[in-house]
Amino acid sequence: MSSEELFAEYGEKLNPRVLAEIQESLPSKVTKAQVKQILDLAVEEYARAKVEAGEAVGLVAAESIGEPGTQMTLNTFHFAGVAEMNITTGLPRIIEILDGKKSLSTPMMEIFLKKPYSTGKDIKQVAMEVKETLLQEVIAEISINIAEQNVEVKLDKEKIKQLCMVPSQVLKAMQKSFKISSKKDGDAIIMKPSGKELNFNQLYHLKEKIKTTYLSGVKGIKQVLPIKRGEEYVIITSGSNMKKVLELEFVDETRTITNDIFEAAEVLGVEAARQVIMQEVYKVIENQGLNIDKRHIMLVADMMCANGNIKGITRYGIISEKASVLARASFETPIKHIIHAALLGEMDELNSVVENVMLNQRIPLGTGLPGLVLEVKE
Amino acid sequence: MEEQYVYKEVKSIVFGLFSPHTIKKMASAKIVTPELYDKEGYPVDGGLMDVRLGVIDPGLKCKTCGSKLKECIGHFGYIELARPIVHIKFVPLILGWLRATCRDCGRALLPKNKTEKVREEMKRLEKDESLEAVRRLIKAVMTTMKNINKCPHCKAKQYKISLEKPYTFLENEKRLSPIEIRTRLEKIPDEDCEVLGLKPQVARPEWTILTVMAIPPVTIRPSITLETGESSEDDLTHKLGDIVRINQRLFENINAGAPEIIIEDLWDLLQYHVTTFFDNDIAQLPPARHRSGQPLKTITERIKSKEGRIRHNLAGKRTNFSARTVISPDPMIGLNEVGVPKIIAMKLTVPERATEWNIAHLKKFVEKAPDQYPSANYIVRPDGKKKKITTETREQLLEEIQPGYIIERHLMDGDIAVFNRQPSLHRMSMMCHRIRVLPYKTFRLNPAVCHPYNADFDGDEMNLHIPQTEEARAEAEILMEVQTQLISPRYGLTIIGCMQDAISGNYILTKDLELSRKDAIALLIMVGEEDLSRLPKKDTVDGREVFSALLPKDFDFVGQTRKGDEVIIKNGKLKKGYMDSHNLGQESGLLLRIMVKQYGKDFTLQYLHKLFKLGIYTLDKYGFSTAISDTDLPAEANQKIQAILDRAEHDVDSLIEKYHDRDLETFPGKTLLETLELKILEVLNKARNEIGKVVTEYAKHDTGSGIMTRSGSRGNPINMAQMAACVGQQALRGKRIEKGYYNRTLSCFKENDLTPKARGFIRDGFKHGLTPSEFFFAAMTGRDSLMDTALRTPKSGYLYRRLANAMQDLKVEYDYTVRDASSRIIQFHYGEDGMDVAKTEGGSINIKAIIKQVVGEEA
Repeated sequence: MSSEELFAEYGEKLNPRVLAEIQESLPSKVTKAQVKQILDLAVEEYARAKVEAGEAVGLVAAESIGEPGTQMTLNTFHFAGVAEMNITTGLPRIIEILDGKKSLSTPMMEIFLKKPYSTGKDIKQVAMEVKETLLQEVIAEISINIAEQNVEVKLDKEKIKQLCMVPSQVLKAMQKSFKISSKKDGDAIIMKPSGKELNFNQLYHLKEKIKTTYLSGVKGIKQVLPIKRGEEYVIITSGSNMKKVLELEFVDETRTITNDIFEAAEVLGVEAARQVIMQEVYKVIENQGLNIDKRHIMLVADMMCANGNIKGITRYGIISEKASVLARASFETPIKHIIHAALLGEMDELNSVVENVMLNQRIPLGTGLPGLVLEVKE
Repeated sequence: MEEQYVYKEVKSIVFGLFSPHTIKKMASAKIVTPELYDKEGYPVDGGLMDVRLGVIDPGLKCKTCGSKLKECIGHFGYIELARPIVHIKFVPLILGWLRATCRDCGRALLPKNKTEKVREEMKRLEKDESLEAVRRLIKAVMTTMKNINKCPHCKAKQYKISLEKPYTFLENEKRLSPIEIRTRLEKIPDEDCEVLGLKPQVARPEWTILTVMAIPPVTIRPSITLETGESSEDDLTHKLGDIVRINQRLFENINAGAPEIIIEDLWDLLQYHVTTFFDNDIAQLPPARHRSGQPLKTITERIKSKEGRIRHNLAGKRTNFSARTVISPDPMIGLNEVGVPKIIAMKLTVPERATEWNIAHLKKFVEKAPDQYPSANYIVRPDGKKKKITTETREQLLEEIQPGYIIERHLMDGDIAVFNRQPSLHRMSMMCHRIRVLPYKTFRLNPAVCHPYNADFDGDEMNLHIPQTEEARAEAEILMEVQTQLISPRYGLTIIGCMQDAISGNYILTKDLELSRKDAIALLIMVGEEDLSRLPKKDTVDGREVFSALLPKDFDFVGQTRKGDEVIIKNGKLKKGYMDSHNLGQESGLLLRIMVKQYGKDFTLQYLHKLFKLGIYTLDKYGFSTAISDTDLPAEANQKIQAILDRAEHDVDSLIEKYHDRDLETFPGKTLLETLELKILEVLNKARNEIGKVVTEYAKHDTGSGIMTRSGSRGNPINMAQMAACVGQQALRGKRIEKGYYNRTLSCFKENDLTPKARGFIRDGFKHGLTPSEFFFAAMTGRDSLMDTALRTPKSGYLYRRLANAMQDLKVEYDYTVRDASSRIIQFHYGEDGMDVAKTEGGSINIKAIIKQVVGEEA
């Protein structure tokens, strides 16, 4: 198309996103002149929609998220499209994200697969490879023998087969995680701790510990659920371990996502974490049937990631970073902030909003921003 | 008034500690006696209410500055403490300093080169990062110093120092007296202070051990005179009295050479009083109390928390020139108007400055008796003297008025006011309206603007503020008036639209109403449309044509109804489709959004008002009501519904049977029971949806309820189905009801009964009536949802407060970057494209419209 150059020419004046949208929605039959006219009008329209300097975008974003907060349900658990999986949504989830909590109540991953597997090849096996399997899942019976001072584990051969393992592998895994002599005895594995005699309580603890021996899969992935989404198979997991999952060869590492912000930051960097924050907040809002523009959520996410680390919107997070003593004091724990400011002889330059409200002065936002420059004639 | 003062702007505030020297220097009186007043009731010299500390009595003059009450801001005093006292707020810090410094030479426990290094690093951090980073560094350094037990400078051995809460320091289990602590802190050289997190110019460590204490001015602890004539002192005065009394006693005992034990005891007592003076809420200390047993409110409590000085008085302000009363609806006043009761209009005033040109006009207000409307309440002379206008002073003041006088006249129609409803969650909770003075005692509000305020008329009250300066009025009018707030900055669509009856009315009108030309004209006239030329000259007119008569002549629009039918408006004529909540309602549809863009906010506001009235008058003329019979269903439908329900119950029964036979395929990661529950829920939900469909299909369409659900003005098909046929499954936390008695929900069921009716499925409809157990289940979920709301409100409120606090000083700079107060860049281009949501159409610019405009229809 000859209008390619035209588009390139307008690349300066128009936002790439707007430009792409125009390109997409252009009808097939247009003359070059028409394209130019469209682009000119779009430039005009775009200029009209631009923000004005001094606009308190932060407060508008806070309002836009805070106001519908009252309409959100507290319903902690909700079905995530699939009936079998529960995830936190609603207000608790938003609070969790914005707090910058390190441990989530329901970590989750969506694992996309590479070509042959994404069409459903060996989907069950692939899923099982992702899932963390503990010994207790393949046990038919576990018992303590006090007289013999051992724990006897009877394996369920069927289940081991389902996991594509053989009993000897199970034995190896157990030997690896316990420095206790363990030997195979038919279907069973007998584990006999050496050294001094153990009482029943200690044996019981040993038994419980044996039950949670790690066998296979990715640690931290508690549940897997392969579902068909459109043409493609996707594995949804509860529990998240991005680093290990991305190492698996059948995983499409370009699309696989987690809902754990800190994990995303650690594995992929802050920009990815920012994206996760945005997506997760937006998901909840959409789920609740509310309408909030992406720009507001984007701003909150950018604020949380501004210095390269994820900071929650709490008195220990973003708010502690504020330069102004009075602004920090007006949020929470005022005495602490004032005392610490006094020791270092901190100076409050009165650059933000609250301090100026306190002093009955103009706030440096909106109409309070511009100053007057006047040439004084002698 | 302005001439009297020189206005200055505060550029910055520096925080620091008071040294004993400064305390003495800034004090205007030394306090030596705990007595407050002498026999005549006059403040004692050297007492806590000394007249040199400021005045709280009308008539008295301050001995320090000579000003009267309200002019004198008060002056500090001081007392000399007989023995040093630890300031409670610095206890944890003092502990850190003692541990980090040498007990002999007072140097920080760091090798010399390391001290230098730390100080350099601190300087760098302060410059490149924030003071917060400096604090983190200091904290880390302090923890390393804590564990060094040999001074790198004088090689003295260090002992373990511990704190016995609240304020006793122990070294090797031996008590350190404040005197010893102070001498140790004094020894710390200035250079080492910095490593300890102190800037020695403003905060020497020994200043945290008090030797003199500042006495706050009386103006911050005024005494209250009760009706009986008794005066009651402020909490702080009480506490200070204790301090001064014990301090005097301690002095006397020391001078008299009393035994050490007595002195120690008094010293401890003094420490207690000084501590509770600063903070009366310390875990290990019993709070100081009034004689009534109520704890005293001392300094920390005054500053802290929501009701404290900072959040209550400094960050939150109170205003004059405001009013509050109940609101009630009035669709006849404009959307940007507010009806103000006459009594309020006569109390609130607008100041107007007399000039040569308006003096005659203003004099008219003064001429009228102040109890008549409209007149004036006060005049302000150019020297700032305010005079009340009464029947007696009226004549004289009238003579006096000259240009330069300010007349505070009553509110009148068209004046500007700011109207607000709490909670003020977004900027549309405070909008500027024009005043309409009306009879009776409520504020009148057009129901169309209820939505941005989230107001209804079940007893809601709202606030009205009258801006008093030209700047305030200009800003209110340009930035806050209702028409400027039509588009929500949250999603870029109109937030104000038609509601309830107005939607129903327009729906009826545009759906299939035919009316005689006479009626149509009557309708348009009532609405306020004077241009009737656009109504076709026919004897009977279509409702659509009446609707079109209000539209601008060149308006083009293509959209959809709620159901997805096409709506076409061409050249200001509704060609196809009808109006419903999707196009007219709040927060939806592009019809109003496009109108704002094409014809401007003022036109849209006018149009909305007319549209609203059009809807109401249509209903007025053709009648509209709902009846129980609206939900009547033909026998056939009822049979169908019962069949659906029976089938669902049967399906559930067979599922339960399968469950008992362990024949159910479990979902991965779920137990058998959980799987069953999920499957049952699915079956029952499907049944409910089917019933919904049957009800919408069979219920009469032209009834009130039918019109309401169809037009989207109120209610939805599910509500209809619940009334007509079946209420459906009651769910608690996304599950069927399972709690209650042992293994059953209610005592009228058998144990472990998993059937729908025993687990909260309500088979009956509201009209037919619920069985007792069904009613009980409905009450359970009803209560749960009440709890949910009650618990959610404070949670979301706190989230909002945090968000607002964190982001309040972000602004867009002239280069479209978003920066915070310290000019740190948060975004390089606001929202990645620099578009203001309130100026977009639902989040973006309307490209389709542009293409259509250029290429034409075929696109």
